[in-house]
Amino acid sequence: MALKIDTDVGRFRQIVRGKVRDELRKFMKRGQMIARKGKNIVSIPLPRIDIPRFVHSPGGRKHVGQGEGEPGQVLGPAGGQPGQGGGEAGNLPGEHALEVEMTLEELAEIMGEELGLPRIQPKGKKNVDSWHGRYTGISTAGPESLRHFKRTFRQALKRQIASGSYDPGNPVVIPIREDKRYRTFRRIPEPAANAVILYVMDVSGSMGDEQKEIVRIASFWIDTWLRSQYRGLESVYVIHDAKAKEVDRETFFRTRESGGTVISSAYRVVQDVIRKRFPPEDWNLYLFQFSDGDNWSRGDTEECLRILREELLDGLNLFAYGQVESPYGSGQFLHDLEGAFGDDERVVLATIEGKEEIPDAIRAFLSTGR
Amino acid sequence: MPLPRELAELQERVEHEAIRHGLRTFRVVFEVVDYAQMNQLAAYTGFPVRYPHWRWGMEFEQLSRSYRYGLHKIYEMVINNDPTYAYLLEGNTLLDQKLVMAHVYGHADFFRNNVYFAHTDRKMVDTMANHATRVRRHRDRLGVEIVERFLDACLSIEDLLDPQAVFLGPLENLPAEEDDASPEPLPPVVRKLPAKDYLEPYVNPPEWLAEERERLAARRRLERRFPRRPVRDVLGFLLRHAPLEGWERDVLSIVRKEAYYFLPQRQTKIMNEGWACTWHTHLLEHHLLDDSEVIDFADHHSGTVATLPGRLNPYKLGIELFRDIEFRWNTGRFGREWEECDDMAERAHWDRKLGLGREKIFEVRRVHNDLTFLDEFLTEDFCRRQKLFVFGLDRQRDAWVIQSREFEKVKEALLFQLSNGGTPVIEIVDANFRNRAELLLLHRHYGVDLRLDWAREVLRSIASIWRRPVHLETIVDGRPKRLGHDGNRPTEEDIEAVAAPGADGAVPA
Repeated sequence: MALKIDTDVGRFRQIVRGKVRDELRKFMKRGQMIARKGKNIVSIPLPRIDIPRFVHSPGGRKHVGQGEGEPGQVLGPAGGQPGQGGGEAGNLPGEHALEVEMTLEELAEIMGEELGLPRIQPKGKKNVDSWHGRYTGISTAGPESLRHFKRTFRQALKRQIASGSYDPGNPVVIPIREDKRYRTFRRIPEPAANAVILYVMDVSGSMGDEQKEIVRIASFWIDTWLRSQYRGLESVYVIHDAKAKEVDRETFFRTRESGGTVISSAYRVVQDVIRKRFPPEDWNLYLFQFSDGDNWSRGDTEECLRILREELLDGLNLFAYGQVESPYGSGQFLHDLEGAFGDDERVVLATIEGKEEIPDAIRAFLSTGR
Repeated sequence: MPLPRELAELQERVEHEAIRHGLRTFRVVFEVVDYAQMNQLAAYTGFPVRYPHWRWGMEFEQLSRSYRYGLHKIYEMVINNDPTYAYLLEGNTLLDQKLVMAHVYGHADFFRNNVYFAHTDRKMVDTMANHATRVRRHRDRLGVEIVERFLDACLSIEDLLDPQAVFLGPLENLPAEEDDASPEPLPPVVRKLPAKDYLEPYVNPPEWLAEERERLAARRRLERRFPRRPVRDVLGFLLRHAPLEGWERDVLSIVRKEAYYFLPQRQTKIMNEGWACTWHTHLLEHHLLDDSEVIDFADHHSGTVATLPGRLNPYKLGIELFRDIEFRWNTGRFGREWEECDDMAERAHWDRKLGLGREKIFEVRRVHNDLTFLDEFLTEDFCRRQKLFVFGLDRQRDAWVIQSREFEKVKEALLFQLSNGGTPVIEIVDANFRNRAELLLLHRHYGVDLRLDWAREVLRSIASIWRRPVHLETIVDGRPKRLGHDGNRPTEEDIEAVAAPGADGAVPA
């Protein structure tokens, strides 16, 4: 039912949106501030929006309470309110946080506005809606190969009982033409533009927790944005040290290996995943690689560049390389990439020296509109 | 929508009992609403229509969410109006509705008879709707943001009211500061003592003359200060003197009118709830309850008057105090004889069988507000029995700590908490500060500092209304300061002392 107050609620939400936008960069630097709630909802804590007034400073006043207790007894910590909420007189002013729920789409929209991100043009031919069939229905006509035995039998049984030709003593059921039932399929439209994000992260000893935190935060925002641009979005996570493997999301952010770094191993896994599951003709492919830029050997770097140039890049919408600062890394890989692909628009390179720079890196990655 | 028959009959019974016991109300109209409507009404502070503003929306969202999570449920809402409208939540048990109705009759009686409500607009439902239309019209003409910005500025000073103003006649007659339009008088003349020419420099030395001239000029300046006396009704002052556009004046007058309408409700929270609880218990316990409902009623009622250590429940305090008064006046425990008796045994069995209790509480509900109510009737006995205490923030332990159970301390804290609705006293002392049409406000500092970040925001709001720099003299951490806002940025300076004209507005000689 529509209520009169809906206009005011709408206006309030607009204001909240504005606040979120103002604070977005702060959120982008601090991942934990945004909590996922369910599949598609995020909850964002904001300071309570209030109309300022002349009031006494909360700690300065004495208050009157009622109940047991000796002088000197503690009622509650200073931050909160002694007792809970509610009443007017004797109620202490406290800072209520405002929990704002927002859909991921909304958040992405705000993000797009704030960072000035262009809408992504999906690769040409994938705009055509495709479909596949799913056998969900039953029909009275169809090829014998799709005959539904149970339904056919039941139909025949019903008919025989109804017509009185069924004999419980001799339960022979013979289906005739009209009893036959066949499976039919329904057309399930495939999302027009599917995308897959391939995250590659270096988990060798030189990547610390802070570096991983950066990757985690950045990936949340990349996910959020690309999800708003494609109807179907999948993510693939690949970690590597000297060897690479595909893992699930949890493992991706948790794993800490030690040992060397052979980047080409990750590229091989990525190549493999793409070949088997995400052929570039059907998918918009995004490869995001995070590393501290240390590679095992010059030779392997050559190999990496070769794989990228000759095999990977052609299938990708975008190859984004984010180099996180690490006390151990040399950062050489960035320069190598730059030398090789500096003017290739499919390649975006960025350094992320600290959480402060996450928004700029994301903007660099996504503002290509590819 | 007419009330379902069951409820209509119930209302008749409740009303019959209420009238029999001496409650006098306007016609009470109940309406049954579902929880979404209830939340909307609550967000609109009880009214079916309010002017468009985001804070209703915020309130509504929070109420709706907390209702969904089962954190609260609004049982009852009643507005001061003729007829008095009250809402019942659809789907409540009949006992709940009975309780709510009796409670509502208590409030309705209080609204009608308490003297602090005498000035309120009894057609406020209509007035609010008109306000809504006016604000909406401004919004449509000028745009949401412009009107909203101004509205927010007005709302941030909506509690800067003069509690006495309502007794001086209709609010629409704005307080008359004498607009002194008389021409600048001649410079003051120092009266010389008569003296022969050759004695002149000795009888009237030139230094003294200069000093005297300066003194008179200073005095003249103070006398010509505008306003002559400090003004509490900041909204009214701005309405009259700020250079506002037509629509701004309209919006400001709406905010002011509504603020004065709600003022007595803030001033009588404890009494109002206490009175309503007194009557719902009395009517239900003695007349309206069925046997089967007693337990549920007791459960429900004790939930309403439950206390928590860090919180003063106005329902509880109010009902207990009314009961105490009724008991004292029934038994004659008041007056000089009682006060002077210090024989504990005699006091314990004191009963003059006066039976004046009922009469007394009706009188009290007529003439008092929370502040005078507690000042007059909070006794040491009561304070001990009700286990009242003072607590405050202990900075060292970083926690709220019980500080004292002494009667004097409790009473002092309680009265401070209720004075001016617990908000700071702010006055306009000079509207031509520095002879530059800047506005000077004064915070009467009774030992508690202002919350500074908000104070600065409010000053900015006032500056946007006054269109000239605005200052506020206050004390911060024991040092006098003059905070301000010049329209672009906040200002702050240390001063010698706050400019404090006497409370009566007398000009220091």
